Amino acid sequence: MAEIQLPKFNAPQYGSLFFVFLIVLIFSSIGTLFYSVEPDEVGVIQRFGKYVNTTQPGLHLKLPFGIETVKKVKVTHVFKEEFGFRTVQAGVRSNFIRSGSENSGRSSYSNQGRMFEQESLMLTGDLNVADVEWIVQYRVKDPVLYAFRVRNVNETLRNMSEAIMNLVVGDHSINEVLTVGREKISHLVHLKLQEVLDSYETGILITNVVLQDVTPPDPVRPSFNEVNEAKQEKEKVINQAWEDYNRTIPKARGGAEKAIREAEGYSLDRVNRAQGDADRFTQVWEAYKGSKEVTRTRLYLEAMQKIWPNVKEKYIIDQDAKGILPLLDLNRRGEGSEPHAAA
Amino acid sequence: MRQLSGLLGFIAVIAALFVFNSAYVVDESKQVVITQFGQPVGKPVIQAGLYFKLPFIQKANYLEKRILEWDGYPTEVPTKDKKFIWVDTTGRWRIVDPLLFIQSMGTEMHAQSRLDDIIDGMTRDLITSYNIVDIVRNSDQILTATKMEEDIASEERYEKITIGRDQITRAILEKAKNIVDDYGIELVDVRIKRLNYVDRVRQKVYERMISERKRAVEQLRSEGQGIRAEIEGQKERELKKIQSEAYRKAQEIKGKADAEAIKIYADAYSKDPEFYGFTKTLELYPETLRGSSFLISTETDFLEYLKGSSPKASQAE
Repeated sequence: MAEIQLPKFNAPQYGSLFFVFLIVLIFSSIGTLFYSVEPDEVGVIQRFGKYVNTTQPGLHLKLPFGIETVKKVKVTHVFKEEFGFRTVQAGVRSNFIRSGSENSGRSSYSNQGRMFEQESLMLTGDLNVADVEWIVQYRVKDPVLYAFRVRNVNETLRNMSEAIMNLVVGDHSINEVLTVGREKISHLVHLKLQEVLDSYETGILITNVVLQDVTPPDPVRPSFNEVNEAKQEKEKVINQAWEDYNRTIPKARGGAEKAIREAEGYSLDRVNRAQGDADRFTQVWEAYKGSKEVTRTRLYLEAMQKIWPNVKEKYIIDQDAKGILPLLDLNRRGEGSEPHAAA
Repeated sequence: MRQLSGLLGFIAVIAALFVFNSAYVVDESKQVVITQFGQPVGKPVIQAGLYFKLPFIQKANYLEKRILEWDGYPTEVPTKDKKFIWVDTTGRWRIVDPLLFIQSMGTEMHAQSRLDDIIDGMTRDLITSYNIVDIVRNSDQILTATKMEEDIASEERYEKITIGRDQITRAILEKAKNIVDDYGIELVDVRIKRLNYVDRVRQKVYERMISERKRAVEQLRSEGQGIRAEIEGQKERELKKIQSEAYRKAQEIKGKADAEAIKIYADAYSKDPEFYGFTKTLELYPETLRGSSFLISTETDFLEYLKGSSPKASQAE
């Protein structure tokens, strides 16, 4: 009897146990059955570890209980790696720890600054030292390669970025690194870094390599500034000299022009006067030719008329009355002027 | 019945245990070597997927299939020309022969330390056998670039390289590659990550850089002064040229005018030189004789009429 009764008792017991088990199974499977992919991601689906599919953003179904697993990879997001400095707090006014920063009071910070200095100090091709800070921006271009080919892709990117920047800077002079070569250097690093990452099949696309602060090392910086100042000063001195030149030469040209014009004036004056005198003489002579004797007398008398009133003392001596001359006291007159005798 | 079902349940659990223990999943990033009591059995599993093995007595040893990082320690190495530098290398490797790897290396940790030894040694060997320019530079492009810049050049720093950094790292890679080949490892890449002078050398280099800049400063200053002097000289020259040319021209013009005047006078007066002398003399008398005293004989033409008005009287004299 008891044997007959037992199944009656046990059947609902086993049944309810199985039922509960089933419910638990279903509920637990829901968690592993659905998954959602965010808009900036794709889902990389593996079935028993083997890659089967890549799914786009949205809600998806997969086989539960770890038969299928999903790895979500951010493909549109642009990541940034910083070298030689770290953004402590990004914002409108970001805070940085820089390689040379001594101003940050806390010792841990300056230790960090020291650490970044190892990243950023490098040798240039002319065996000088430059402090180079840069960033690398990248995104995932192939999520499958990114997920499976290289362990710790980020670390690989950092190491290779440093190695290649070192190599490229080592091929340029310090002046190129500090000034004219910046674009060329970041371009070269971009190309080479992409090449290396492609050869490892990282699935990463470098979108940008940008040089940030590139400076001479701190102890050397003042002397570099001095050079810049000297360059400015040189320009200034040269400009001043040209200024002086430009002030003097046009003025001298004007002066020269003036002298020449004056000479021309003199020339005109001289020639005109000569011509005038000559014309006058010719006119007079023409008239004189006709009646020489009377004109000559007239001219003589007219001249005498002008002379005599202005003569101070006149002594008239008769040619026949000799002996007066010795009596005349020439010294008394004391005018100093010599007595003149009209011819 | 109860015992039977209990037994069945027990068997089911045991069976499940066996199944779970014999099945194993290989991820895309992994590869597996099956060992039986520590001894490798069969071929390594390289493709991802679901696999089975003998439960309990066989063990699945997972190894990485991906490219793995290796990062050396910074080491102080002298170059051939006795410059002490810090060299920090980095490399990438992967396990290509899992069986060989597990026999020779066992774990990844062990492999890392072997790589440290090998690559560091190779790096040291190669760096000590080249001059510093060969380690720093990769080409000679700087030589042409700096010549254009006309920067302060210095002897050894601008010597030509013999092989360059890329070739040196290639050489390290090739040599190390041959060794690690025996461990089932493929060395993918070796690169110099960081390179710098040791501290005391760096101080010297800084001092040299400073003194170079000072030289550049002095050079710039004197260049400025030089150019200024040149401009001033040019100014003086220009000034003298302008002034003297103007003087010459003016004199020329004046001379021509004088000559022309002489000619004009001569042409006119030569018609009757005696008359010119007569009129000019008469013109000059009033001015030159002003205020003087005269002692005049009555024989003078002017006074001839004082003696009488007859022209004959004067004629008779």
